[in-house]
Amino acid sequence: MGDPAPLLSVRDLTVTFPTKRGPVRAVDSLAFDVRPGRTLGIVGESGSGKSVTSLAVMGLHTDAEVTGSVALGGRELIGMSDRELNGLRGRRMAMIFQDPLSSLHPYYTVGEQIAEHHRFHFGSRRAAARERAVEALGEVGIPEPRRRAGEYPHQFSGGMRQRVMIAMALSCEPDLLIADEPTTALDVTVQAQILELIARIQQERGLAVVMITHDLGVVARVAHDVLVMYGGRAAEHAPVDSLFAAPAHPYTRGLLDSLPRLDDDDDAPLRAIPGSPPSLLDPAPGCAFAPRCPRAAAGSEEERARCSGERPLLVGPEGHPAACHFPAFPAYEGVAS
Amino acid sequence: MTTTTTATSDAATSTTSTPLLSVRDLTMTFPGRRARSAPVRAVDGIDFEVAAGETLGLVGESGCGKSTTGRMIVRLLEPTAGSVSYDGRDITHLSQRELKPLRRDLQMVFQDPHSSLNPRQTVARIISDPLMVQGSSAAEARKRAVELMDLVGLIPEHIDRYPHEFSGGQAQRIGIARSLATSPRLVVADEPVSALDVSVQAQIVNLMERLQRELGLAYLFIAHDLSVVKRVCDRVAVMYLGRIVEIGVKERVYAAPAHPYTRALLSAVPLPDPAAERARERITLLGDPPSPAAPPPGCTFHPRCPKAQEICRTEAPLLRIASPGEARQVACHFPEAA
Repeated sequence: MGDPAPLLSVRDLTVTFPTKRGPVRAVDSLAFDVRPGRTLGIVGESGSGKSVTSLAVMGLHTDAEVTGSVALGGRELIGMSDRELNGLRGRRMAMIFQDPLSSLHPYYTVGEQIAEHHRFHFGSRRAAARERAVEALGEVGIPEPRRRAGEYPHQFSGGMRQRVMIAMALSCEPDLLIADEPTTALDVTVQAQILELIARIQQERGLAVVMITHDLGVVARVAHDVLVMYGGRAAEHAPVDSLFAAPAHPYTRGLLDSLPRLDDDDDAPLRAIPGSPPSLLDPAPGCAFAPRCPRAAAGSEEERARCSGERPLLVGPEGHPAACHFPAFPAYEGVAS
Repeated sequence: MTTTTTATSDAATSTTSTPLLSVRDLTMTFPGRRARSAPVRAVDGIDFEVAAGETLGLVGESGCGKSTTGRMIVRLLEPTAGSVSYDGRDITHLSQRELKPLRRDLQMVFQDPHSSLNPRQTVARIISDPLMVQGSSAAEARKRAVELMDLVGLIPEHIDRYPHEFSGGQAQRIGIARSLATSPRLVVADEPVSALDVSVQAQIVNLMERLQRELGLAYLFIAHDLSVVKRVCDRVAVMYLGRIVEIGVKERVYAAPAHPYTRALLSAVPLPDPAAERARERITLLGDPPSPAAPPPGCTFHPRCPKAQEICRTEAPLLRIASPGEARQVACHFPEAA
């Protein structure tokens, strides 16, 4: 394929929080790569560990034990000093969040906030940084960027605030953008604008993007590769077309079947997944999905015991592994990837 | 335009008998936050009907007035103007005491199941409260609560637990059980699944559909998620900035949207199908929805509309029949040909 080397390479990432009721493993032995110009979608429900993963990559956990390896452009980030990390965060890797208002300082104009970010990383002069801020606001499609740079966050709409966050994240030309549910708080017409903006900038700059979301539609629209997480672990990892055409993990299958869709008839009842996402406080010894899994339920007694007692490894065909004892790997060679 | 008014009453309902719920020229104006700021017209003269046993979906983006509409119908908010009729009777100006017997029939389900359940009350108390208000004895109410828990798929043995002991999906089932306690005929559901995980949403959608079949409920289903609304509704009303811009049977509105806003809204929804996503032609609207405190003149959608002409800037379009022989109505000077 002649793919470039991965920009971000995560191996065996494990994040453990100490709690009163004992340690909670929010992310367990996760591995993935992201190449320049590509988008990895990380999908999962609440408690799946998708946001904890993104914060671990950015080195933003203060009270958790983070082990494994996170390499950005060949440099190991785990164990790096805060000083060194500060030089990389915002400069080589940047992050945007679901709620832009809580990530912007209410007392400073958006221009000042972007300029300060630039001064921190490049030591540029005040006037030059200010110019760069205006430019950055223009690049993300904010009309009248010079005037808007002098305004405060509350004077922007939700969609415009998210543009400001993207302008700030990209003002130092990072190589990696982590977007954690960036459009979840936005209306659907504004979501479309923001997703288009991120895609355009990615194309222009060859940015590597990690898109964290619960929305399979967003993943289908923007991702090249998809990592499905459940209970802190990878359930399935595949190129986007294979994942949607031939989901191997019963959880992925279940998610797709349970979605009401615009492009479907509405007469058959939705095939809901029974039960709720698992608690991480008291993880089952086997597959985290086993208690809700139709495949496990349909299995023989021996098979059921395996699902509930033995943790499945993430294995399978090249490029499309699934963590399931009984994955549905069809002959999916025909699917374009 | 006398024809328009007669058309309205025909089109807004799917049956010819008296509708269960009928809303006429309903308006809600909130005073400005500060003394001199302009009042906000959150809902601006809307009309619709809901027939017994049917589901009307009310969709739109944040600030379009859909939740305010729901709250006016159950009288959690007092409308500034217009009327709400239930079973042919105008209930807009009934006092809370006069309203009490009607509360049996008219119930509401809220978005956030946990914040809409009292954390200090047991499930038994939460579900039986509406019955006690309506005069049931404690023993009767508890017996009914057990039945209701079973009906909505909760384990009746959990009746003495507190809301925090339940997951989000289970808590929403409690909210639904409470709304059904008095055997209502109309349930206003305001974003009932949007706070839930994807895998749990389908459970609640299926539950609401089953309850409708078994109990003959009518729903006013308020949501921003067009896929969910398509799933559960018979008819759908699309709101923009306090007004209905399109209303009609679901099949027509989704297959052949007549208002440019409906078209853009549908085309913005990401489909969980990567090949279809790549092949799709999307209409991307510019800008954000305007503030209801300063609505644009003419058609309020014109600043974002790809089809806007001069007349759109000056004259507000009326809601009228989109194409002959069809009950669907649209408020646009240049509706899409069906």
